[in-house]
Amino acid sequence: MNPNELYDCVTSLSCIVTQTSTGLIIGALLFLVAAGLTLIFGVLGVINFAHGSLYMLGAYVAFSAYQATGNFLAAILCAGTAVGLFALVFERYFMRRVYNADVLMQLLVCYAFILILDDVVKLIWGPEFQSMGMPESFQAPPFFIAGGIVPVFYLVLIAAAAGIAIVLWYVLSRTQVGKRVRAAAHNPTMTSVLGLNTSLIYCGVFAMGGILAGTAGALAAPVRSMSPGMGFSILIESFIVTVIGGMGSVGGALVGALLIGLVRSFGSIGFPDFVEGTMFLAMVLILILKPSGLLGRERRA
Amino acid sequence: MKTLSSFRKEILWAVIVLAVLLAIPMVTPSRLAMDFIIRLAAFGIFATSLNILVGYGGMVSFGHAMFFGGGAYAFGLLMQKAGTSVPLGLLGAIVFCALLGLAVGAICVRLREIYFSFLTLAFQMLLHSVILSWVSLTGGDQGLMGGIPRPPFLGLDLSQPTTLYGFACALAVICLLLIRLLLQSPFGYTLRMVRDNAERARYLGIDVWRIKLYAFVIASAFAGVGGAVMALFVSGAYPEFSYWTMSGEAIFMIMMGGLHVFIGPVVGAALLMMFNDIVTRVTELHGLAMGVIVLLFALGFKRGVTDFALQLWRLLKNKRVST
Repeated sequence: MNPNELYDCVTSLSCIVTQTSTGLIIGALLFLVAAGLTLIFGVLGVINFAHGSLYMLGAYVAFSAYQATGNFLAAILCAGTAVGLFALVFERYFMRRVYNADVLMQLLVCYAFILILDDVVKLIWGPEFQSMGMPESFQAPPFFIAGGIVPVFYLVLIAAAAGIAIVLWYVLSRTQVGKRVRAAAHNPTMTSVLGLNTSLIYCGVFAMGGILAGTAGALAAPVRSMSPGMGFSILIESFIVTVIGGMGSVGGALVGALLIGLVRSFGSIGFPDFVEGTMFLAMVLILILKPSGLLGRERRA
Repeated sequence: MKTLSSFRKEILWAVIVLAVLLAIPMVTPSRLAMDFIIRLAAFGIFATSLNILVGYGGMVSFGHAMFFGGGAYAFGLLMQKAGTSVPLGLLGAIVFCALLGLAVGAICVRLREIYFSFLTLAFQMLLHSVILSWVSLTGGDQGLMGGIPRPPFLGLDLSQPTTLYGFACALAVICLLLIRLLLQSPFGYTLRMVRDNAERARYLGIDVWRIKLYAFVIASAFAGVGGAVMALFVSGAYPEFSYWTMSGEAIFMIMMGGLHVFIGPVVGAALLMMFNDIVTRVTELHGLAMGVIVLLFALGFKRGVTDFALQLWRLLKNKRVST
């Protein structure tokens, strides 16, 4: 515990800028993963425990695609598409069979996939830590804002996540497709009675979650090191984010992710041993005081 | 109220099983079989305690290894740092896990099913990271090193392999008997009612939250015994004990063995341990092989081994009646 350093930091503008930018990229990545998790839960009513593995898969696919093409944008698109397709198969042939079974079976199917994917990654890319390195186009000197250092890539990452958030919001709340998805989330039986193909909607939402997680993995690849099993810690964190923001609410995921990102980056200065504890404490407080989350709707029992 | 005499059948079974187990070292001196049964004792207690929640309470905890690891560390630390005797260390582990279970359970048990699973998982990962980062107490990722002393007590010297074996078997049988008695008691039937229809239980004046919390605390305490047996056996405690894969394995043990037969989780534990031993001998890709087996059971059979056995037994019985 060193509260003095935290005090020094929040009173100096340069430190605030640096830490805020770090917090924002953590938050941006968390948001992309958590948005998929919360979307799948909101519409399908299941928690995809293998969601972190999709993120891992995205990072590794991007790693290979970048090595093959040398183009980071192509790597991101590749990762998003590949993981989206994988999620499609996962939903269609595995998860769909256990929607109506009890939680135990859903849990076991996801558990099996986490184990399998970790080993597949180990088989293809090796068990050691991998690092993609910063793409050349972003190796420009960092910005100095009020004395704080902000690498160029951080801005790209934040902009990309913000762009995705806006598109997601627009699609869900302003388009016909979004209306159908919300209808399926609200009352699947009624939706299918009205002639909408709910199983197609489920498939689409799951694939969307996969695309988001894969893109997040690809965006994280230049700034994080990769290893098999890397998906699990982000799974827990994005779960905390969704609980804080409200299960099923994409807006809540955004708020929660930014909150956790900033807590993590400032906390690493003031109370490094206690960052994780703080996140859990925040989650527990939310669960006790407002179980539906900050922006969640009260669900009927 | 049932009295102890109405459990005569269960107690008789326990005595028979214990006698058979204790006779094994006299028949075959194989260390391999003995080690297997000691580990089975630890995992059997662990899996059966989880089944109190999953099978009888309808609460699918994905963080039960929190108490397995917690029990192992509490026991190991008490023995190592405080130099307590084995029974006292065991008691300490039980109390520690019960208190931990009380804290976590109080937050988790009122939540909806899937939320409950994830939240228990999250708390388990918190404990795991505490174990990893509190290096001065727990030894971090190296685990609790330096061995756990086994001071003799009541004339039992646990550094003798056969004595350790007997002790582990006795503990396992006693724990399973206690769990069985608990599940056959009015409390056990109340728990089943809460699982099947919480609303109705509430109308009958049952405090659902309290019943679930009791079940959670009891399951935690028994899981702690399992962890302590494991710590005693490997003479140490490792962070993997409280890692999520351990919880996953425990869930798979009870699913593979069968939820609806009391002894199912123990059968599942034995099967999984055999699978594990074979798979690690054949291939490096342990996760891949395990994952495929899990999928086979979850999507293919959809039932545990003892469920099949029960079905077969009923079929045979019916045939005998009809002929």
